[in-house]
Amino acid sequence: MNRRDFLKITGILAIGAVSHQTAMILSSSEVKADQNKKKRWAMAISFSACVKREGCRDCIDACHIIHNVPEFTDNKDKIRWIWSSPYESVFGEQANTFTKVMLKNLSVLCMCNHCENPPCVKVCPTKATWKNKDGIIMIDYHRCIGCRYCMAACPYGARSFNWKDPKPFIKEINRDFPARTKGVVEKCNFCEERISQGLLPACVEACPEKALTFGDLNDPGSDISRLLKTRFSIQRKPHLGTDPKVFYLF
Amino acid sequence: MKKIILGLILFLMIAFLPLGYNVYTGKTAYIPVIKIPEDKRECVENVFIMRKRHNIILEKWREASVRQGIKKYVSLNGTYKISLSGTCLGCHSDKTQFCDRCHDYAGIKPRCWDCHNIPD
Repeated sequence: MNRRDFLKITGILAIGAVSHQTAMILSSSEVKADQNKKKRWAMAISFSACVKREGCRDCIDACHIIHNVPEFTDNKDKIRWIWSSPYESVFGEQANTFTKVMLKNLSVLCMCNHCENPPCVKVCPTKATWKNKDGIIMIDYHRCIGCRYCMAACPYGARSFNWKDPKPFIKEINRDFPARTKGVVEKCNFCEERISQGLLPACVEACPEKALTFGDLNDPGSDISRLLKTRFSIQRKPHLGTDPKVFYLF
Repeated sequence: MKKIILGLILFLMIAFLPLGYNVYTGKTAYIPVIKIPEDKRECVENVFIMRKRHNIILEKWREASVRQGIKKYVSLNGTYKISLSGTCLGCHSDKTQFCDRCHDYAGIKPRCWDCHNIPD
């Protein structure tokens, strides 16, 4: 074999090996992308349906019972996953003199917004809170060290800290879901444990007026996608760039 | 010299008192006895693996279930739901007769039950 033939053969072999590998990589990534089609879970809350029953707390009670949320009598210790607040304090920056009068008695349902750009996740020093593949902001209570940076970072006040051992303050323990311990931060998890079983979040299921709609924004045919395309909606503090995934419908 | 030897003997007596006490009461031969479910077949893994590495398996379960959203565990013995209160305590129904026996003996205090529920 002369020098020229040797170079030819090595060249052909090299091209063959590289193309085979690239083909392998390309085909495997295609398969993977198909298998893990990402969801973007979101919630829409209709003002008009929510106000129909005055003083209704069905969604709040359902959530707090299912998730073993303690009921502290002292306001300072309060733990909340879902709660209602006056319109003015929730949408303070867009309330004006007239809406203040018009929507005086409107109480707005609040929960974790499961932001697309979550500031709480950025500040967590132990990665105890993170965004999962379906866009839900999760907390690993095993890893939370209770520094409360996330509470400072959250612009919506969606997180609560366990100043005391919560167990004695849970009325009736739901044995299918763990409780928390003193010294960790907790919040709404968009009922991740229920969604993974194909169920709707507890609050959505509990609402007698069907004011809450839950679904996948990545699916153009889902109820929530269609609702948000046809009705006027607002988000909490959109100017902060967090891109909340809880929408309020008029 | 005499005082030193006397002092040494006294020191050794006090130092070995706990050991002597255990020999006297027969506690040296004590091995914790755990109650194993009779009507069930093998655990999620082979018994030797479980004895030695159950803590590591539980840690892996925790990482998989909480952080990666993997809810199933596949082993040679079958497929299991990843759940401490459900799967583990589903068979080992009495925690005080199983977990606590060895953990008390070894002076280990796992904090699982601060949050996780013990089924009725």
